[in-house]
Amino acid sequence: MDNKSSSPWVRILVVATLITMLVDLYLIFEFAPTERAMGHVQRIFYFHVPSAWVAFLAFFIVFIGSVGYLWKRDRKYDMIAHSAAEIGVLFATLVMITGPIWGRPVWNTWWEWSPRLTLFLVLWFIYIAYMMLRSFVEGEERSARFAAVFGIVGFVDVPIVHLSIRLWRDIHPSPVIAGGDGSGLHPDMKITFFFSLFTFTLLFFWLLVQRLRLEKSTVATSELKKQIAY
Amino acid sequence: MSAVFVILWKDLLSEFRTKEMVLSMLVFSLMVAVIFNFSFPPGSEFIQQAAPGILWMTLVFASLLGMNRSFVYEVDKGCMQGLMLAPVNRTAIYLSKLLVNFIFITIVELVVLPLFSVFFKLEVLHVAGQLALIMFLGTLGFTIIGTLFSAISVNTKTREVMLPILHFPVSIPIIICSVQATTAVLQEQGWQVLWGWCKLIVVFDIIFLIVAYFTFEFIIEE
Repeated sequence: MDNKSSSPWVRILVVATLITMLVDLYLIFEFAPTERAMGHVQRIFYFHVPSAWVAFLAFFIVFIGSVGYLWKRDRKYDMIAHSAAEIGVLFATLVMITGPIWGRPVWNTWWEWSPRLTLFLVLWFIYIAYMMLRSFVEGEERSARFAAVFGIVGFVDVPIVHLSIRLWRDIHPSPVIAGGDGSGLHPDMKITFFFSLFTFTLLFFWLLVQRLRLEKSTVATSELKKQIAY
Repeated sequence: MSAVFVILWKDLLSEFRTKEMVLSMLVFSLMVAVIFNFSFPPGSEFIQQAAPGILWMTLVFASLLGMNRSFVYEVDKGCMQGLMLAPVNRTAIYLSKLLVNFIFITIVELVVLPLFSVFFKLEVLHVAGQLALIMFLGTLGFTIIGTLFSAISVNTKTREVMLPILHFPVSIPIIICSVQATTAVLQEQGWQVLWGWCKLIVVFDIIFLIVAYFTFEFIIEE
């Protein structure tokens, strides 16, 4: 097995992620102005939205990995899908935790069946099911194949779920970034927000690289075990 | 196409001789409907508003019971290898299983719906046609997903447990639309509302069918 830790690109990624994370913390807690109506709790927005973005990115990579695996039958694609799914579930969980912390003081409720919340909850369930499926199937090749099918169906389901629950009343704040009346952020907030997005994306790729290394060592270990056993 | 009907006929015949699937689904769904009834105070008005949701949950639970079994005999008795050795398109196996499940659930629905309307004091006779349309589309939707996933779950360690875990999150759109459409019919919200939801179910059915059609052969190959 090649040792990817020595790759200069990974080192650059690690250093860049660590630096941007520190800068991001400064931006979030010092640089960004305090929101007038909501107060400090609004700062959770810089964690909440980027986490949601990373979760969506991760699930998209699960989809790409799944299609790639069924097409090329290369173990590599399955490893990518598996790793991305795990990180996606982690960040989706973070979204589900940070959301209520913000929602309790601002909406006066921990949970609301608004379309976006419901969508995320369903999304979370789909990828929890994906992880469970992986662990309940015997045989690596079969597990990869089934997971790939479910990864594809699950991802195709996302816009469908979104469409079907959008018709309900929505109390989620309308997108503040992409324009519309009464939207718009303070410029400093905007800088912080986009920097946060960038930081979380870097963090995602770093975690993905680490998770892939772990997966590769797991495969290598089981290969070695087989060689010893037989 | 004839391969689809041969497999379909085989399954219908074995079901006709044992009657075990349809009968257990039927009894199960009636019991679920009765138990749901106890979750409301006696004589409550809410029960009529909640009836569409209860109806669909009952049907989905019952159908999972049936769909769980759709590949069990094939895999356990080694019949799956026979099917796969046969010189037919792999997707014929999927389509026939889909039809079998759909027919079984439709039979169950034909019995359950009248009894359900009696239990829950619903006026369904004058809207029977519209309800039949919703039943057809909704049932087709969750059978498309369920048949695909039952081919997966039959090969997992936990079998019966795995199917609902895979099935529920993915079929949520179908269930939402079916419940809303049924509510629209029972509360006489008009054709416009009903048609809106039905259109959505049709689109979802088509999308899921296409995805299932292309992914099924990856599940059963080995």
